[in-house]
Amino acid sequence: MSNIYLDYNATSPVRPEVLEVMLPFYREQFGNPSSVHWAGRQVSGALEKAREQVAALFNDSPAEIVFVSCGSEGDNMAIKGTLDALKEKGNHIITTSIEHPAVLETCQYLEKQGYDVTYLPVDRDGMLDLDDLEAAITEKTVLISVMWANNETGNIYPIEQIGRIARKYNIRFHTDAVQAVGKIPVDVQKANVDLLVISGHKIGAPKGVGALYVRRGTRMSALMHGGHQERNRRAGTQNVAGIVGLGKACELALAELDEYYDRVRALRDRLEDGVLSQVPDIKLNGTPDREKRLPNTLNVSFAYIEGESLLLNLDMFGIAASSGSACTSGSLEPSHVMGAMCVEVTLAHSSTRFSLGPETTESEIDKVLEVLPATVQRLRDMSPLYNCGRTAEGCETCETVRRI
Amino acid sequence: MYTDKVMDHFTNPRNVGEIEDASGVGEVGNASCGDIMKIFLKVEDNIIRDVKFKTFGCGAAIATSSMVTEMAIGKTIDEALELSNQAVAEALDGLPAQKMHCSNLAADALHEAIKNYKEQNG
Ligand SMILES: Cc1ncc(COP(=O)(O)O)c(C=O)c1O
Ligand code: FES
Repeated sequence: MSNIYLDYNATSPVRPEVLEVMLPFYREQFGNPSSVHWAGRQVSGALEKAREQVAALFNDSPAEIVFVSCGSEGDNMAIKGTLDALKEKGNHIITTSIEHPAVLETCQYLEKQGYDVTYLPVDRDGMLDLDDLEAAITEKTVLISVMWANNETGNIYPIEQIGRIARKYNIRFHTDAVQAVGKIPVDVQKANVDLLVISGHKIGAPKGVGALYVRRGTRMSALMHGGHQERNRRAGTQNVAGIVGLGKACELALAELDEYYDRVRALRDRLEDGVLSQVPDIKLNGTPDREKRLPNTLNVSFAYIEGESLLLNLDMFGIAASSGSACTSGSLEPSHVMGAMCVEVTLAHSSTRFSLGPETTESEIDKVLEVLPATVQRLRDMSPLYNCGRTAEGCETCETVRRI
Repeated sequence: MYTDKVMDHFTNPRNVGEIEDASGVGEVGNASCGDIMKIFLKVEDNIIRDVKFKTFGCGAAIATSSMVTEMAIGKTIDEALELSNQAVAEALDGLPAQKMHCSNLAADALHEAIKNYKEQNG
């Protein structure tokens, strides 16, 4: 039985072309890019080439790219660095209730330090109301942070419109594009973004490397203090091999974007249509408008059953997916994204995410469609909630823990 | 993450289902944590002859339910009341720390079912 990996939003394998360009930077070209001698010179060019490849993917200039260690670092740096640099101007951040923990926890930390944060609500499909955003702006607002696309639902947010609002009020705009980049077009000029974050391991580069785009002239404090690397924006000897890999992955992503979208979208739609038609009593989590969702993501809740037990059952068939269930997160509460969308609590526990990638095949999707309905039914037959006349709780009485 | 015993009980759960004319039924649950467990008992001469369960929950919740049914069958009411959550977890060769609250449920559901039986049988 061959394994089927449908968890590309969690991480992706390093692409062979990427690995190939990385390898020389471990032994032959091992120098420190800051050194003046031959060993350093050999690699500094490679770093600058990677900077160009990354910059090309979202249409900025290479001097605006800062290499970091991961998406979480990029988000931390963008938010903390902005709030610190602009503390004379204001102390208010506007973000959303569905951000990745790299943004949410950073904002919650800043709240403890005395900053004010507004967490915009979303509707039941997980979408924002931009009137709420405009209404939340005050004289003290210095940063708007809204993700380009959500990792759990795949929802794509109207970044261009938010960029226009940010410009109108002259507020800095940060977006976590970790899930969007490589899947849909991302253009910082069109969207008027000041700070944008990507992570290598979601797009076929290795774990432990990411990039932060910082619009020219954006004043920011450093998170990491030390040497003068990355134009003083981020101290620490660069992860040369990882950065070279990130550059290559970005180059491939740009060249293949249209083809990727069409191919993965067709497979995802096949999965989505199959699941929706073959399994009764399910709920799609995220916007039903597929144009406003990442082409690779499907998130569904299966009534009466719990997500972790479904994942373990799928795992027995070699199928890897992920869940918003509390049990898989190590906390007692289901996903904050499901909570923010007001997904009824038992449904939140069964939310299951399938995220496809460039290596996904049609026969893999068909295998999932073959296994899933019977697996769901088996667990339902075991569930005290199934066929007992109980109805799902309504929004008013549901106990979903809304933490924010 | 899970021991072989947990995976065994999870993949082949014993005694799943309901008992039509149960002598006692117990349900415990905490929807916000994601577990609901229902236990059905058949008691004769103070001895538990049959136990069935239905569970909504994670792998650990299903495995502990299955295990508690096996452990309870053949025991007297008083013996079954002494079955602890800890004992169920140990019989499964342990549970991950963050899952220990799931195992609490299995013995609790059994105790609830016994309580229900006692209420009905004065
Ligand atoms: C939307 C989003 N932001 C940030 C991150 C964090 O990226 P990293 O794992 O590189 O720190 C992730 C990864 O899970 C993500 O999906
Ligand atoms: S159902 Fe609560 S941790 Fe498993």
